[in-house]
Amino acid sequence: MTLTKRIIPCLHVATEDGQPGVYSGVNFRDLERLGKPVELARSYNESGADELVFLDITASSEDRETMLDIVSTVAEELFIPLTVGGGVRSTEDINALLRTGADKISINTAALADPSLVDASARTFGSQCIVVAIDARRRFDWDGEHYTTADGESCWYECVVRGGTDPTGVDVVSWAAEAADRGAGELLVSSIEADGTREGYEIPLLEMVCDAVSVPVIASSGCGSPADAYEVFTRTDADAALAASIFHAGDYTVRDVKTSLADRGVPVRLDHA
Amino acid sequence: MTDETAPPLAETTVDTVDVTLVDYGLGNLGSLQRGLERVGATVNVSSDPDCLARADALVLSGVGAFAECARRLAPFRDALLDAAADTPLLGVCVGFQLLLTESTEGAPEGETVAGLDLIPGSVERLPADAVRVPHVGWNRLRLERDHPVLAGIDDGDYAYFVHSYGAPAVDRALAACNHGVEFTAMAANEAGHVLGTQFHPEKSAGLGRRLLGNFVRFAATFGD
Repeated sequence: MTLTKRIIPCLHVATEDGQPGVYSGVNFRDLERLGKPVELARSYNESGADELVFLDITASSEDRETMLDIVSTVAEELFIPLTVGGGVRSTEDINALLRTGADKISINTAALADPSLVDASARTFGSQCIVVAIDARRRFDWDGEHYTTADGESCWYECVVRGGTDPTGVDVVSWAAEAADRGAGELLVSSIEADGTREGYEIPLLEMVCDAVSVPVIASSGCGSPADAYEVFTRTDADAALAASIFHAGDYTVRDVKTSLADRGVPVRLDHA
Repeated sequence: MTDETAPPLAETTVDTVDVTLVDYGLGNLGSLQRGLERVGATVNVSSDPDCLARADALVLSGVGAFAECARRLAPFRDALLDAAADTPLLGVCVGFQLLLTESTEGAPEGETVAGLDLIPGSVERLPADAVRVPHVGWNRLRLERDHPVLAGIDDGDYAYFVHSYGAPAVDRALAACNHGVEFTAMAANEAGHVLGTQFHPEKSAGLGRRLLGNFVRFAATFGD
């Protein structure tokens, strides 16, 4: 088996005074502007990124039209797959984004509100282009269904929506299995606690989700170094590691991370001429 | 021209090739169109079966389920079969699978849906016992036979795949790949001008650009 582990830079994009920017935060808050989407996309395409994820984090509907233009400009720069998400509510939204140049679409809040959206979009566009994104938050009570241990305490993970602001009471592991059954081709799993900390991925969460589904899992949140990517690939069965701020801020290039993984025996694609 | 100034093979452009992308209502045509234009093709996206005969080359894409693609492709079937007699044709992903004989995807239990049967082969679901399905990501090609579109591509190079179904063993395979099982990554008909890739060349970085460039050049000289 020679399927490689993927390294995926993620652009969180918002507009400010009509200008698109790439932002980064900590625990889904305190956003800081780190660059321009098109310039970052171009540099990641050249430095060996395996895919790119583009998440629209604008709140207002006026900005969404602008966002389609930005997606199109970013897609122009790429010869690798592009996943677009953020605020996707319907199969019409999905169709518009696919026509704009996205290859895969990530859905989150709308899928939890109406799980049949996953079935409908997988049926219309194929499972291969439907990514269900899940934002998880630790809960230390007895309302969950699947428990693990995080920082020495028993906990379960709850799905949160609307950029991490709204709790749902839904158990992440149960939802992950249901989303895969309904036709999600991949799961993109983020953690509120790990987001922006650069202290490593939320391993207990990712272990549980990987065990619960047979579709590929993209690990997100917490990557601060190549060692964190190594940890997520060796301690969990994740197929891909997503990272944002370490790349935008220039601490590491995609190539640095992949070279480090290859040196430690993790299969990655290095011949990206 | 010295070696230093010669453009890499894949960057060489051919400005006289009209490639028609068959638009039967499914597929991410934008990426393929951009990919072909970057290697110098003039791309015409057509939803008119009568236009197929005039193209220098045809490209057939596809996303989603085989049965749905085959149903939507039905109005193009005769025109495609006619054109494929003497026009280079490249199928991508489900577009490649449609060139084969049949698929179990979307068919009732024990039955199959017919493809164009331009290349002999059957498509079935990839087993998920030991690996994750869909097969998503970059995997190595094992080259099986030589073909002009493989110029500059080496055994073991990486291509980008995203699929849940595949053709286990096709006699006319140009390249194979492994994800739990061996499957056909690329195949061509006996004459060599009808070919397809299970992976996405338009998403496969350097390898993909080289392959699309080779296909366009192959089409430019085909029949000369």
